[in-house]
Amino acid sequence: MALSVELKKDFGAFRLEAAFTAGNCVHGLLGASGCGKSMTLKCIAGVIRPDEGRIVLDGEVLFDSAAHINLPPQKRGLGLLFQNFALFPNMTVEQNIMAALHKTGDKKAARIKCGDMLRRLSLEEVKGLRPWQLSGGQQQRTALARILVTTPRLLMLDEPFSALDSYLRWQTELELTELLDGFDGTALLVTHSRDEVYRLCDTVTVLDRGMGRGEAPVRALFDAPATRSACLLSGCKNYSRAEWIGPHTLYAPDWGTRLECAAPLPDGLSYVGIRSHSLRVADGSGPNRMECGVIRVVEDVFSTVILMSSAGGDRGFSRLRLEMPKEDWAAVGGGERLWLELPPEALLPLVE
Amino acid sequence: MDWYPLFNSLRVAGISCVIVFFAGIFAAYYVAKMPKLLKGVLDVVLTLPLVLPPTVVGYFLLRLMGPNRPLGAWMARMFDIRLTMVWYSAVFTSAVVAFPLMYRTARGAFESFDENLAWSAQTLGLSNPYIFWRIRMPCCRQGILAGTVLAFARALGEYGATSMVAGYIPGRTATISTTVYQLWRTDNDAQAARWVMVNVAISLVVLLAVNFLEKGQKYRRRRG
Repeated sequence: MALSVELKKDFGAFRLEAAFTAGNCVHGLLGASGCGKSMTLKCIAGVIRPDEGRIVLDGEVLFDSAAHINLPPQKRGLGLLFQNFALFPNMTVEQNIMAALHKTGDKKAARIKCGDMLRRLSLEEVKGLRPWQLSGGQQQRTALARILVTTPRLLMLDEPFSALDSYLRWQTELELTELLDGFDGTALLVTHSRDEVYRLCDTVTVLDRGMGRGEAPVRALFDAPATRSACLLSGCKNYSRAEWIGPHTLYAPDWGTRLECAAPLPDGLSYVGIRSHSLRVADGSGPNRMECGVIRVVEDVFSTVILMSSAGGDRGFSRLRLEMPKEDWAAVGGGERLWLELPPEALLPLVE
Repeated sequence: MDWYPLFNSLRVAGISCVIVFFAGIFAAYYVAKMPKLLKGVLDVVLTLPLVLPPTVVGYFLLRLMGPNRPLGAWMARMFDIRLTMVWYSAVFTSAVVAFPLMYRTARGAFESFDENLAWSAQTLGLSNPYIFWRIRMPCCRQGILAGTVLAFARALGEYGATSMVAGYIPGRTATISTTVYQLWRTDNDAQAARWVMVNVAISLVVLLAVNFLEKGQKYRRRRG
């Protein structure tokens, strides 16, 4: 059970190129908005035709430009949860679900299946309502119910939480996790949120301006992202250009310092990154330490964010962002200049 | 009072409205999906009867359907049917003149339809005819209904092209609008006024029906 995707589509101003495989698990497509994530799903679903490529699901070829195969979406056996849920406004919740069972010859069996699904997703009380009368969570559950009754082999979720109010998200996410656990098949989750990927996905592909190649386990993306765009999407906020000095030594011109890195430096090294919570306040100079000036201190809800610029840095924007619990910052006692330590094991060497 | 013009008017408007309903929806659906350039060209051609004076439309139809013109001569030869100066000539003129109203309103409705609905229906395995008749049409109901009513009203009131192609033959091709003019022309003011009242009454009934149908609309699309 697996999905393999390879597709190219030219939209004139924008080029989409995606190639990845996903096993029998939850696979994330992570990227900023407008990077072609939704378009990738629509190409896999078959409602939009890629220029070239090949899409194979569980050994069945859904699309192959070279062999002139292009199965209609009706025959692909997959479910796509649209970002706006795309519920039919002229039908009630129950009718929406029954519509998906329209092809089933046995009306009685369809009615039973629909009833089971209404119960399973706790939609019984609202089954007579129209989509615009439902809350965001109910709309999503209706859309999911409508998909699940068709027993898809592949489940694709397009930004499933973006249309929901923030207080609903957590609850919905828990429900969705449960549902995905019980789903036997491949699931694709499109999102711009690294947190959702981290919590919900097993493997991930990063899409950057329409380009997305290969897949990696989610932990690998967060522990050792390979490219700058992947690192940015994984939430890392501190970067400097990097110059290769030795297999474990680099010079960071934007920070004006020489750094030892625990991980071996890759070929084509061009940037180095470090996460805000990995930075340490040190008591004086030493290896992997640099002196910084405090620019601004921002009080967040539970933590303090300190913006700093490195003393030796040669670029204005090369600010460093340090994040620590409020008590810890109080213990440091403030001051205008600080020594920062960049632990070798926390440094992320990156290629462009 | 001879009620033939009323019967003929309703017959002509009804038939041309049915023709225009299907032709307009068909054209609107396919034109809405076309590439920009072709869409622009077809849009101009299909809307032309709306902006041309009806007499010019009548002129074109006569050039096409007159007894000695290509289509008219061919029909006469093959089927022994004449296309001008008979009651159904008015069906052709009304349909041509009313078509753009249906086409344009239906196209507007189709273009504002959320294509995601059709796409999600496709991934759910629903056939394209099902999607068209059970999802797209109900969602665009308001626009299509408005277009149909406008087309019917326009067909009922058609005078210029009809008087050229169907003429005024009492008891054969007379419609309300040609009758009103004929009566007025022959100084029969009392009779003309009676037909004017009939026409006003029909128009009121049509408009009331529209209002009633719109109130029956139980759902509407809400965004955000």
